Amino acid sequence: MSFHRVLAILLRQYYLIRGSFTRVLPLFVWVVVDIVLWGFMTKYLNTVTSSGLDFVPMILGAVLLWDFFLRIMQGVTMAFFEDVWSRNFLNIFATPLLISEYVTGLVLSSMATSCVGLVTMVVLATGVFGLSFMVYGAMLVPFVLVLFLFGIALGILGCSIVLRFGPAAEWFIWPIPALIAPFAGVFYPLTTLPAWMQYVAHFLPPAYVFEGMRTLVAGGNVPAGAMVSSLCLAVFDVVLACVVFTRTYRHAVRTGLIARYSAENLG
Amino acid sequence: MLDHVLSVTSLCKNYGTKAAVEGVSFDVAPGEIVGLLGPNGAGKTTTINMILGVLEPSAGTVRINGLDIQSRRSEALACTNFAAVYAPLPGNLTVVENLNFFGLLYGVKDIPRRIEELVAQFSLAAFRHVKCGALSSGEQTRLCLAKAMLNRPQLLLLDEPTASLDPSTARDIRTKIRTFTTGGTGGVLWTSHNMHEVEAVCDRVLFLSHGKILLQGDPRTLPAQHGKKALEDLFIAVAREPLTLANG
Repeated sequence: MSFHRVLAILLRQYYLIRGSFTRVLPLFVWVVVDIVLWGFMTKYLNTVTSSGLDFVPMILGAVLLWDFFLRIMQGVTMAFFEDVWSRNFLNIFATPLLISEYVTGLVLSSMATSCVGLVTMVVLATGVFGLSFMVYGAMLVPFVLVLFLFGIALGILGCSIVLRFGPAAEWFIWPIPALIAPFAGVFYPLTTLPAWMQYVAHFLPPAYVFEGMRTLVAGGNVPAGAMVSSLCLAVFDVVLACVVFTRTYRHAVRTGLIARYSAENLG
Repeated sequence: MLDHVLSVTSLCKNYGTKAAVEGVSFDVAPGEIVGLLGPNGAGKTTTINMILGVLEPSAGTVRINGLDIQSRRSEALACTNFAAVYAPLPGNLTVVENLNFFGLLYGVKDIPRRIEELVAQFSLAAFRHVKCGALSSGEQTRLCLAKAMLNRPQLLLLDEPTASLDPSTARDIRTKIRTFTTGGTGGVLWTSHNMHEVEAVCDRVLFLSHGKILLQGDPRTLPAQHGKKALEDLFIAVAREPLTLANG
């Protein structure tokens, strides 16, 4: 793997972001909106319920982690879409760039842009709404890691879908997190779900994170086995997504789609 | 030094039952400019795409500097570059940003210095910090050529490189590319519909028709060999009566 070629993908993203406020604003505007909205919501819930539950670490913490996952996923897809929008596939894939280098560059771009959102969320949630990460303890590390890996996996999968079906398939990508959220139990325990949805949730790494988070807030311990399972699932998803992307790229090279991407589908 | 910077052997590309390229074989020697000619849809761009590794051949091999494009793609493409009218550089990056980006991708050493050389060579100095989408088509073409020269390629693929240039700039570009081949070890595969340009620049031409090489030879003597006055007449004959020429 060439460091310079990975750096090229990163540098290209930097060039695009530094020269465009339309790319800078989304890095933190939507997460600010989410944290403010759910920050007030949790404060309100704390005043009207008599359950004694503190909704700030339970709901606002979940929103923060879910938004982090979203930023990671969208960071990968947005960096990829830059090549779609500028019709750059022929130029970029006719260079010595390897697919592994390209994907690594997309992931690193996503990490850099997601950090902006994460820092913004943490500052706002802790400073304004009193969210304390102490309640999660050391488990915060595997929580973030699992969501990071799953975000990467879905981001790469999203790129594969757009590479395979053309620029119009971009609209398949945006709703994916919204489709996953009900199964992942971001805001409620998985036992709330019907049996079939609980079954699906077992295959989703975020479900273990949010279940574990609620257990911690309620004063319990997160079973180590559950976190190991979610980490393994997340790693498996990343590998699977990379395999799918590589196969999709090879299909595009075989059919000529890379060279004639605007045609969207060449069989 | 290798005998050929490019060796194409029995190259085929089928789309379903339709053959876009059928058993094409040719070489490009160091210092040589080879013209790939033919009417629209003859298979020129398909052939170039297979050489660039962005289209997988149905059969046959492409070797660049002795490296097989299928099995050693990254190494082969490191000594190749291209410019094509249908592949403009991203319009949302400036001239220097684009050259920096592609310089890193091609592993160019001392990129800032190389960029300065190319910016001066292709008269792009005034546009260093202009976004490429704001350049005229001629300026974009010059930028694409500058990008194509970034890594001092052994093999340069040019698909109608002077299509949107004024006659004066086109002549200037032809001279630069001629200098590139005489001054180094690079070879050029050049497609153009401007037969005067082909006669002026190419050492050898290949006429493609329906995915096959119909004729090849020196562009200055080939027309007479086939009873035509000029290369343009021969081109028209290839486009209109390929079977007559193939059998003749």
